[in-house]
This record gives sequence, structure tokens and C-alpha cells, in this order.
Amino acid sequence: MRIVAVTSCPTGIAHTYMAAEALEEAARAAGDTIEVETQGAAGMTKLAADTIAAADVVVLAADVEVRERERFSGKPTVEVAVSTAINSAAAVLEEARSKMASSVPAEPAPRSATPPVTPLAAAGFGSRLRQWLMTGVSYMIPFVAAGGILIAVSFIIAGPQVAMAVNGGVFHGVHYPGATSITAIYHTAGIGGVLFEIGGIAFSMLVPILAGFIAYGMADRQGLVPGVIGGLIAVDVHAGFLGGIIAGLLAGAVVRLILKVPVPRVISGMMPIVVVPLISATVVGVLMLLVIGNPVSFVMTEITNWLNGLSGANAIGLGALLGLMMAFDMGGPVNKVAYTFAVAGLASGGIGGQKVMAAVMAAGMVPPLALALATVLRRGLFSDAERKAGEAAWLLGASFITEGAIPFAAADPLRVIPSIMAGSAVTGALSMAFAASSPAPHGGIWVVGLLGHWPLWILSIAAGTVVGSACVIALKSLRRSVPAPAPVVSLQEVANA
Amino acid sequence: MPELIEESMVVLDLAADDKDAAVRVLAERLAAAGRVTDVEQFLADVRAREQVMATGLEGGIGIPHARSIAVTAASLAFGRSPARVDFGASDGPADLIFLIAAPAEGGAEHMTILASLARRLVHGSFRESLRSLSGAAEVAALINREVGA
Repeated sequence: MRIVAVTSCPTGIAHTYMAAEALEEAARAAGDTIEVETQGAAGMTKLAADTIAAADVVVLAADVEVRERERFSGKPTVEVAVSTAINSAAAVLEEARSKMASSVPAEPAPRSATPPVTPLAAAGFGSRLRQWLMTGVSYMIPFVAAGGILIAVSFIIAGPQVAMAVNGGVFHGVHYPGATSITAIYHTAGIGGVLFEIGGIAFSMLVPILAGFIAYGMADRQGLVPGVIGGLIAVDVHAGFLGGIIAGLLAGAVVRLILKVPVPRVISGMMPIVVVPLISATVVGVLMLLVIGNPVSFVMTEITNWLNGLSGANAIGLGALLGLMMAFDMGGPVNKVAYTFAVAGLASGGIGGQKVMAAVMAAGMVPPLALALATVLRRGLFSDAERKAGEAAWLLGASFITEGAIPFAAADPLRVIPSIMAGSAVTGALSMAFAASSPAPHGGIWVVGLLGHWPLWILSIAAGTVVGSACVIALKSLRRSVPAPAPVVSLQEVANA
Repeated sequence: MPELIEESMVVLDLAADDKDAAVRVLAERLAAAGRVTDVEQFLADVRAREQVMATGLEGGIGIPHARSIAVTAASLAFGRSPARVDFGASDGPADLIFLIAAPAEGGAEHMTILASLARRLVHGSFRESLRSLSGAAEVAALINREVGA
């Protein structure tokens, strides 16, 4: 049995190390291999990612929170009090052994889903990729929740015109000058405007935090600088959260490459503080600005032109298409193209623009709602973090904050994005078919009183939410239930090991 | 950095009614040796740690400890209590009491030596040696040798 363990106690000077020693002794006696990370006051030598990946089971002997425990997600894990590990380390290892045996069938799903050429390596990379993404997502979720709820509350307090009151613009024929500076917002737009601004600032950090902590998951602290910088550039080049994922993965990979280069001792002390941040930020920044930025803005321009040419087409088809776009990247460039198209239509006046606006708003509300519903209907398909994000997603979705779906999409894009696209397409098409109309560019359920045909508009949202939710559940269940023969293979591997 | 423990910091016939009294006796030895500058401050820090979770371990071990601004260097005071003192272990009171003092701003070497001490405490042979040695000087020498090794 290959074990990785973390020991940790309140003061970090005694029990942490006693537990480590006790576990190591017990493992030696039982013929197991173990590596212990002591999260104590004597500094901590972190377990290598490869070691964790190769481990059969994780033992957490801790009386305080284990730092960076997401590294171990997906592994069979035994958690005990630190004194239990000291007093009865052998029993703890026995528990780990039975935990390992009983949870063998849980993990190999991705393994059998891939062709049997190099199944082990493929599964290893797939699950590591998922862990990197989850690391980024778990740090991003609090920003989504804080920012999204602040924006929703600002709409409740100050009404649908709050965005215009802060940023300036025309709403309902009224011209808002906007706040002249960030300190003038309270006088211009009141407390609602202040909350809107704070929420917007929290949202502006989503992509940098996502990118930074994806890189952190791959390359540890060293990844943070190029990841955050890459994420900020992704925002600036309008590459949205998909650009952020690319930036994070790029940053992590670059840092890992740099760390592979052998350096003389004199330089090695400067590596983490000067050399690695400088080189990695330069490489990631140049790639994001010069290589990735242009294609993305090109694609955006193309999409805008294409969409404008399409506006005369069948209204229901247009609604479905806008729905697909709203859900495709949840606040990213494609979503923004569809949204901008609707707002532009609204500004041009006439009921046609208002219908498009209603369809786009409804479609943008569906992704978080569909995922929130899915977490309620089938809790077992989602991680703890996702279920928490699901609770927030109700309010975010109701407030037309499509970004509420990002945590789910970033963790499992291939299943989540097609599902919510389907749901939003249904909603967009229905809203157009019902001829619902919205004079408000934002606000979700809070501006429902302003809408034309609003009961049917809500019906269209409900329909899309159910469709999207059903798709997510179906796709995720498919993954879990496919690999029936896999446990047999895995048990044999364990026996041979 | 001074050695972890000196002869004067070993109490072979520790008589105390409860753990507070036992810790005080050992803490005063640390103060007399210049390892602790303010006994009351240090005792308050040790009590705070005890309140988080009892430090008694099975096999008759108590390891009260704290990081404290009153501590000048990583130090150990060791007490042997034939009458035993309760440190909250599940199998009864302790006869070997290790009061571990860590400086609040201690550098890595302080923490490393304490980590090394903690690792030794797990071993039965180390505990038995501490129970059987007859002189304070021998006990101090054994501990310093084991921790340095």
C-alpha cells in the first residue's frame, strides 16, 4: 500500500511530528510505503504531485485544517485526530487499507472511457487536469458568490437602471451621465450604485483568480504570478473565462518547464523570487498578447458581423441561436456578443429589439438555474464545492448573472456547456415564440414587472431550466455508470502491485 | 543556540497535584536557566494550548507546550512524576512530562530540534530509557544526544 499523509496540530511543534513518526513506524512495520507532509512550525516540505498521484490512499491526521487539501480530492481518504495517529497508528493504517479496498471502483471511470492504448497515463493526466481546474474554481467561487449577490442586491435596491446610473448611458429614454469617478458613485447612484460597483470589481477578479490558481494547482506558488497576469490579459483581450483557463494552464506549464532547468547554486536562491516570476510572466504575457489575443478578437469580430447579417432570419431560430451563445461561455466574448446585439437592438427602439432583449435575458438566466436545479435533484453527481455553488446559483440565475454557472463549467466543461446551451436555446426560442419583450437591459426576475407577456417569459425560463438540468444529469450519470467491468481490472492491478 | 535541555531542567521526583502545578514547577526551572523571561506569560500560553486540546498521550506521556514571546530558545524541561499527573490522556495520568518551550519568532533551527524531539517521543525505547535512568545529568545527556542524532 502506498500512503501519503498529512499531519497537523494547533501549535505545530509537537503532535504534528509525533504523528508523522508514529505513522512512518507503523508503515515500516506493516511493509507499506508512506510519505508524510508535516504541516508544522519547522516549515513544510510539500508532497510531490507525482507522489500524491501514485498513492493508493490518503491519511489526514489533523486537529486543524489541512492546508491545500484539494490536492487529495478523489483519493480514498482516512481522517483521524492527530492523537489517534500517535496512539494507534497501526489501526489507522488498517482503516486506510480497508478504505482503499472498498473505494477502488470509485475512481476508474475515466480510465475505461479512454481507449485502452495507454489507459494509466491517460487517466492520470485527465484527473490531474480536473484537479488543476478544480483548484482554480474553488478559489474563484467565493468571488462569484460575493460579486454576484452584491450585483443582485443592487438591482433590488436601485432598480434596473443601476448599471446606467453608475456607468452612464440611456435607459427608458432617460439619459444617465454616470459617475465621474469611483468616489462619486454614492452621490450619483446611491447605495445601490455602490454595491453594483463593488460587485463589478469582485467580478473583474474572476478570470485572474481562476487563471492564477489553476497555475497554482499545477506549479504551486510559483504559478501564481504568471497565472494572474495571464488572466488579466485574457480579460483585456476579451478572451473571457475560456481565455483564463488557457492562461492558467499555460502559466502552470511554463513554470514547470522553467523549474526543470538545472541552475547553479548561486542562482537557485533567487529562482522563486526573481527569476521564475520574471521569465514566466514574460513568456505567458507575450503568448497571451501576441498569439492568443488576435485570434480571439478576430473570432469576436467575425461573430458580430455574422450575427448582424442574420437578424432578418426566423425569430425562433434567432432566439435559439442567441440562447446557445449566451450559454456557450457564460459571460465571455460569445455571450457578450449576443448580449451586445440585444442591447443594441434595444437602443434602436421598437418592439423587435425588446423581444430579442427578453430572449437573451431569459437565456442568460437559465445556465445557473439549470445547474442549481441539478444539484438539488441529484446531489451525488456534484462535489461539495459545486453543491455550495449551486445554492448561490439560484439567486445568480434569477438575477441574470450567467457567470453563476462558471464553477460547474470550468470543472467539467464537456458535459456542462452543451447541457446549458441546450437549455438556453430552448428558452431563447420559446421567449421569441411567445413574443415576450423587455425594455430593461438587465435585472432578471427583479425587472419582471417591466416585461411584456411576462408569465410566458417565466414559462420559457422554466422550460429551459428543466431541459438544461436534465441534460446535465444525463451526461454526468452516463459517465458514472458506464465502466461496469473496470473494478475487476483495478482489483487485479492492486493484487499485482 | 543552547542545547535543548540542561541538567537543571530535569526534575526526577516531580510532586504536583495537577497539571497546572506540574507545569509551573517545570516552567520555573526554564526561567532559572534563562530560557523563559516571564513565567506568567509562558504559563498563560501553555494553558491556552491545553484548552484547545489536552496534550496527554497514551503510555503515560504529557507534553504541555507553547510558542511564546517569553521563550528565548527552543527548550525542554522534563519531569518524572511517580505519583502521576493527569494530562487528559484516554488511558490515565502521565508519569513522563515534557514541557516544550518554543520561541514565538523562532527560526527554522529551533523548530527543527523540537520536531526531532517530538519524533523521538514516539519511540518506546526512548521512553523506557527516560524511566530507568537514575540521574538528572544522564537524562539531559540522553535527550540531547537523541535529539541531535
